[in-house]
Amino acid sequence: MTLNSHAPSALLVVEDLQVDFLQPQGTVAAVKNISFQVNPGEIVALVGESGSGKSVTARTLVGLAGESARVTARSLSLTCHDGTRKDLLKQEAADWQKLRGREIGFVLQDALVSLDPLRTIGREVAEPMLIHKRHPRGEIPSRVEALLHQVGIPDPQNRMQQYPHELSGGLRQRALIASALAAGPQLLIADEPTTALDVTVQQRILDIFRQLAQAGHGVLLITHDLAVVAQVADRIVVMQQGEGVESGPAAQVLASPAHPYTRRLLAAIPGADTRGRWLAGESPLPDVPLTAQENDNQRRRNPFVSALDVRNVSVDFSLPNGVKHNAVNHVSLQLAWGETLGLVGESGSGKTTLGKVVLALQKAQHGEVWLAGNPWSRLREAERRPVRGRIQTITQDPLGSFDPQYTVEQIIQQPLKLRGKLSSSALRARTLELVNLVGLNVDLLKRRPQALSGGQRQRVSIAQALASNPEILVCDEPVSALDVTTQAQVLDLLIALQRKLGLAMLFISHDLGVVQHMSHRIAVMKAGQIVETGSTEEILGSPKHPYTQTLLASVIAA
Amino acid sequence: MSSNPLLVRTHPPVSRRGGNPWLLPKTLIPAAFVLLLIVTVIAPQWFTPLKPDDMDMDAVLSAPTLRHLFGTDSLGRDVFSRVIYGSALSLSIGLGATLIACVGGMALGLLSALAPRALRRVLVRLLDILLAFPELLLALLVIAVLGRGPTNTLIAVGLAGIASYARLLRSQVLQVKLSGYVEHSVALGESPLRIIFRHILPNTLRPLLILATLGIGQSVLTASSLSFLGLGVVPPTAEWGALLADGRDYLDVAPWISLLPATVVALSVIALTLLGRRLQTILAKGA
Repeated sequence: MTLNSHAPSALLVVEDLQVDFLQPQGTVAAVKNISFQVNPGEIVALVGESGSGKSVTARTLVGLAGESARVTARSLSLTCHDGTRKDLLKQEAADWQKLRGREIGFVLQDALVSLDPLRTIGREVAEPMLIHKRHPRGEIPSRVEALLHQVGIPDPQNRMQQYPHELSGGLRQRALIASALAAGPQLLIADEPTTALDVTVQQRILDIFRQLAQAGHGVLLITHDLAVVAQVADRIVVMQQGEGVESGPAAQVLASPAHPYTRRLLAAIPGADTRGRWLAGESPLPDVPLTAQENDNQRRRNPFVSALDVRNVSVDFSLPNGVKHNAVNHVSLQLAWGETLGLVGESGSGKTTLGKVVLALQKAQHGEVWLAGNPWSRLREAERRPVRGRIQTITQDPLGSFDPQYTVEQIIQQPLKLRGKLSSSALRARTLELVNLVGLNVDLLKRRPQALSGGQRQRVSIAQALASNPEILVCDEPVSALDVTTQAQVLDLLIALQRKLGLAMLFISHDLGVVQHMSHRIAVMKAGQIVETGSTEEILGSPKHPYTQTLLASVIAA
Repeated sequence: MSSNPLLVRTHPPVSRRGGNPWLLPKTLIPAAFVLLLIVTVIAPQWFTPLKPDDMDMDAVLSAPTLRHLFGTDSLGRDVFSRVIYGSALSLSIGLGATLIACVGGMALGLLSALAPRALRRVLVRLLDILLAFPELLLALLVIAVLGRGPTNTLIAVGLAGIASYARLLRSQVLQVKLSGYVEHSVALGESPLRIIFRHILPNTLRPLLILATLGIGQSVLTASSLSFLGLGVVPPTAEWGALLADGRDYLDVAPWISLLPATVVALSVIALTLLGRRLQTILAKGA
């Protein structure tokens, strides 16, 4: 970035910022020579994967890097309301208290954790006003109301009486933004402000940032999500392992990335236009010959019936207050052999419950599920158990579905030990075969999953699911907890395995981009109902239901 | 909250001082005492040349001397020998009773968490009722039915302890039952019995074992209390609680008959409990 040309009006100037953490094992450089600036009316995005140092950068800018951090920079300065420039390197703890809230607003990712559960939203937002003595006490309630209105909280007069747990995730995030804005800072730093939110809610939060920028605020947005960046950012700084590898105007960086890492990041984002190509660059599967068992799959299939037939299924839950919650409402679906059906919807739309019904882990009050032309949900569990190997699952949180006392090897062998007696050499051979199939290192077999990375854990989970030679795989948000490049590898692996083994997949995700990339057909779910089903091309080309249109509008291919 | 692992810990981790937690004095001292007790069980003759039932008519109610370290009782029996020889009975009752309580608690705990609803409800009520009574009272009740004797004392103390173990295991099982890995095992096609014994039980046992290490000392104490009340072992068997009871009538003329064995009982229970605590801490850290 050209540093010497920064306008004198820049709100925040960061030049060669370096943050080191002094650890007993030695010094860890978390941020290495990052430079950027934030001007009024501008949204600057700091993009990177977990561990890239973007959060450390954000926290350093508000003096919260921690005691073991050593911060150095050629220049680190902030323009205050009175026009003076403050050197952020020279602030003492007491000085920071005057800056935080008044000059810099800081918004964190998880509003439920960041808001005091014992205080109403109104008091939370009023606090910075009281601390910085910006307004006479009497004016504060009306100021709070106006602010809540500004961030798009409907009915602010009543909402300000409520506690954080009474609000939805989107409203909480808005309240948090309001409290960050309360003392009127010019600069707003937001660390992953939309990560925990549904896409449509995410849109509204991003709108707020856009409006704030239009009103002259400078916004520094920290995110891992390039789709978010593409929508709102004016300028982008890409971070990799503590270094700023690329920066520039958003349009330029996204359209013609100069650095290989940026290119890799962008290529790894799944979406409509990435279908049919490998996200991580190349085929993840070495050509392992099919075993006899795998060939069996092809033979078992009857082409005249669906792999999975969900007929008019409904699930009700009784809430503690006695009200019935209709989680799944008269849903019908068919899954053909070897195809991927993407089930997309927001949190609470009932897609996970539907997934559990399909796996026969959740009883449906109404309707039935048929597996390969045979009754499935109707069976008694004892009758179903021998057949369960045909339909397996991968979950969002593999760690939660692994027995905490098991090693990777034991986990993968769990299903193998259920079906007939295998000799220990056959067991070992099959384990190695599975491990190779999903691209895991054999050395990891003796480890516990707690000691693995997210991507490795998901591979273990896939290996376990494949152990029983299933024909159907129910993937419930399998990549939601992963970084974009890891996500790309896991998605590539799933597609390669599908081609090789002829798996049918029910792919559940809240991320339309991922679903577009993976699916042959898409079902859109909202409030327990399937509002639209069709081939991926149909859904993308001519979405009929207004909700599908909203969803599509909120995903812009980067 | 933060996506950067570096931020989770702003203070550098304090390097653990003292190294191996097994070798700290607070582990070693009670462990040494417990070891000593075990040796007295295996080879009491190494500690004293006198038999516990030998009567020395020349030294009735003798105060502690070099020959009779803890003095003698009203029949001229050496109190020290009786303490040493009594440890076998007291400790095995303590250990056996804890074992009964643990196994019974495990079975009852699993049943009260996993049995069909009707049975589950009955069991939970039953546990609630049992927990409402002091353990000693329950043990007395069992003795009243079974009669006196070392085996019956063991059974009584064990049965009386079941409820608290069952309660603990039940709460653990209920937690694990709802965990992702149990549901996942169902999806893999594992049978209920396999799930219970391969997943639920191994993942709930740790707290039970911790409670059991603390429970041994408690059981020794309860068994001794029963004997003290004259409801445990039958005289003239040497047992710690019975020893205390023997000296009760001579407290003003020969206090050593009760007080010195009482000190040994107290020290043993303290050592067992301290060791249990240490095991608890060390095991919990390993989790």
